[in-house]
Amino acid sequence: MSETITRTWSPEGDETRIALTELRDMVGACMQCGTCTASCPNWYAMDVTPRRMWRMVQFGMIDDILKSRTFWLCSSCYMCTLRCPRGLRLTSAMGALKRLARLDGARQARRNGAFYEAFMSDVEANGRLQEASMMQGYFLRRMDPRLPMAFLPLGLRMLGKGKLHLPSRAQRGRLGPMFAKARQMEAGS
Amino acid sequence: MKYAYYPGCSLMESAREFDVSVRAVMVRLGAELVEIPDWTCCGASAAEPVSKLMNYALPARNLAIAQDALPGMDILAPCSACYLNLLKVNREVVGERHLHGQVNEVLAASGLTYRGGVPVRHLLDVLLNDVGAGIMAQKVTRSLEGMKLAPYYGCQILRPYAVFDSPGRPTSMEPIIRAMGGEVHEWECGNRCCGASLMVGHRDVALRSVAAILDQAAGADAVVTVCPLCQMNLEAYQGDAVKAGGRRIPVLYLTQIMGLAMGLGESEVQLGKNLTLNAGARRGIETRAWSVTLQAEGAEPGRAAGAEQSIPDQARTGKMNNLNKGGNHV
Repeated sequence: MSETITRTWSPEGDETRIALTELRDMVGACMQCGTCTASCPNWYAMDVTPRRMWRMVQFGMIDDILKSRTFWLCSSCYMCTLRCPRGLRLTSAMGALKRLARLDGARQARRNGAFYEAFMSDVEANGRLQEASMMQGYFLRRMDPRLPMAFLPLGLRMLGKGKLHLPSRAQRGRLGPMFAKARQMEAGS
Repeated sequence: MKYAYYPGCSLMESAREFDVSVRAVMVRLGAELVEIPDWTCCGASAAEPVSKLMNYALPARNLAIAQDALPGMDILAPCSACYLNLLKVNREVVGERHLHGQVNEVLAASGLTYRGGVPVRHLLDVLLNDVGAGIMAQKVTRSLEGMKLAPYYGCQILRPYAVFDSPGRPTSMEPIIRAMGGEVHEWECGNRCCGASLMVGHRDVALRSVAAILDQAAGADAVVTVCPLCQMNLEAYQGDAVKAGGRRIPVLYLTQIMGLAMGLGESEVQLGKNLTLNAGARRGIETRAWSVTLQAEGAEPGRAAGAEQSIPDQARTGKMNNLNKGGNHV
């Protein structure tokens, strides 16, 4: 138990602490019934079950939380949110965990969050998502030369079917001011 | 019937056939779609892991534009993630004073404010409750008789907000399929997750879900869906999914099938863009050969040989082989 307490008060950055507090508010009422785990289509690939993850959040076990790959395997299907008898927004909590890990900036977060980062930076640049340039951004972030090769056959099939398009510039830069404002507000909160 | 149409990014990119068929079908049904001017990305399921504010501000921008430019119109969103993100703003931001203020502060950077109150509707909701199965059936000129379709709903159109159907056992596509003259494939996978964007970063996990869904579709002529990401996952990775226990089957947008039943040609619903459909399979659909070939192929010894199934099953297997190999048997 003392170990848990030490972790609770382990030194953290301000943003991390705020994110964790927000998370604890989200799942504070969890009564550990396990319905979320039983509803999760991806539970078998997780190292910590969703139910245990909420307990770890309640205890503030930030190091163990950040080590886990559980929340990266949430596909946002909302089955746990739908079934939670306490009405907790558990899918949003998984999203908040992804944001928490992003603040921490660990290597695992950079790899697992690469798709979301590539997606959002493409949206910021182009206003509307351009699938081809987003995937390029994703490959660059992952820095794994095997990855583009794994997607090459699909890319060629899509090209053959006319499913890949030159980037549209119509909405380019449209979202820049909003992204800048949100970044400024979130850094200052 | 006039709707503020929000196609979303996918429908401009890899799911263009969904956009084209939605527009074509809605015209046939007498509805007018006015595209929201200057719309931008809703953030899909990628915004939430990156920024809580942008997760709400991105869809709110489109709601704010619709509120000012197209007053009084419901928003029609065919894409599941777009629909949920737009709906989320109405459910989770409007009425939450602090959050609503923050979101509007972000919107102010683009000179916009969202007051709330723009209704967000999903395509299925509009088809069922505004158009109705009766009107849809009247528009059918080429019945889908003999065609068995597996309705695949995916996750985000009914979860966590069940607006127009039961999230546990969705049925909203069934009256539409029946109105087109088709038959509904009964299965338990209609609301199962396809793995969504895990297909990019954790392919083995998503593949297991896709394989299970494709396996349960056995016996159907095609899976029909209304989600561009589901369609992509179920269709583009069938080669790998087959190795994991799935089977090959055409995966079409519901509106493509509706368009065909309403007399549109295959180019008008862009059937040529579907990765699982080749020339032979397309022709099979277009000439409504589903029931005709069933009997013709049952008698064909070469195709049925070796299959340890009853006669109708043999026929179906033969038809499926043809569908997938592209044999022109019409």
